[in-house]
Amino acid sequence: MSRRVRLLVFLVGGGAVAVMFALAFLSMPHFGRPEHLYRDLAVPAAVRHATANVVSSVNFDQRAIDTFGEETILIASVVGTAALLRPAKEETERRVPDTGRTLGATRLVGYLLLPVSLVIGLDVVVHGQLTPGGGFQGGAVLATGLHLLYVSGSYPALDRLRPLELFDIADALGATTFAAVGLAGIAIAGSFLSNMVSFGTFGALFSAGTVPILNVAVGLEVFVGIVAILAKFLEQDITVVKEGDDG
Amino acid sequence: MNVYAYFVAGWLLIAGGYGIVRSRHMVHAIVSLAVSQSGTYVLLLAVGYQHNVTAPVFGSTEKPTKQVVDPVVQAMTLTDIVVSATVTALLLALAVQVNKRQGTVNPDDLAALEG
Repeated sequence: MSRRVRLLVFLVGGGAVAVMFALAFLSMPHFGRPEHLYRDLAVPAAVRHATANVVSSVNFDQRAIDTFGEETILIASVVGTAALLRPAKEETERRVPDTGRTLGATRLVGYLLLPVSLVIGLDVVVHGQLTPGGGFQGGAVLATGLHLLYVSGSYPALDRLRPLELFDIADALGATTFAAVGLAGIAIAGSFLSNMVSFGTFGALFSAGTVPILNVAVGLEVFVGIVAILAKFLEQDITVVKEGDDG
Repeated sequence: MNVYAYFVAGWLLIAGGYGIVRSRHMVHAIVSLAVSQSGTYVLLLAVGYQHNVTAPVFGSTEKPTKQVVDPVVQAMTLTDIVVSATVTALLLALAVQVNKRQGTVNPDDLAALEG
């Protein structure tokens, strides 16, 4: 299909979608209206389970099984990326010489912010049931923070700090914990992922039953998942070379 | 202004699609897809928004109230973002492979599917 035909097809299809959107949007309930039926059910359900962050309650309690599926998608993506980016037959891995040059100021800020961002990441993970955040957000902060080491230091430094074999195990551990909590729900309360731990006091660190446990499991999983995916891409760029090619 | 946010969502979806159709570089196409997907975030959050209320997160001192924006669509947006990120990672890995096998990242230069 030539570019012009493709564009023409898109203009017809996209135009039709735009018209249908416009018709749908104009008859939708108005933006900012006060009636929210899901909200009216979700907020009392979260309060019953002593979860101060209602979004976390929806994700890890009321719709926990969807989050389990989402976590499986994440694992599948990590496995898929690793399979696609493994070194091909005609490629070898080489050791990179430590030749990266960074500005002194970059190194200083990077090394100062590395511990700070790791602590913030942990804080976001463990307070997922209380304040905005949770396993997904905290895991992403942790993984990004770790890569400050690459920005401010060097690839070998990053390589030493993330033993990828351990990370593979941790990835499986995160998913297994989630599944185990779900199965414990069947054993104790009779349904998968039911919130069967004592709920504690509303607003306390140990509250909301299984929500903090699942948050930590997801946090671990997201952290190691992102690190593993980024590791594969960094390897492609830095250490994998075609044979007979010095890169 | 009652429907403005919905139209922003529709615009993002279509603008991203236009980017994919006009793309001459696979990474550009993948980023366009991410733009398209961000339309769904805007739509979901717009559906759950309510004027003059706060976030659905309560402290130990604030009394829980129903006067908050819809937390269900916010949770769905979170799911959406995670799925979008994983899809982007997989597609970028595919683009790296295509570049290795075919020596090009221009979708127009890819002649046929290869096993």
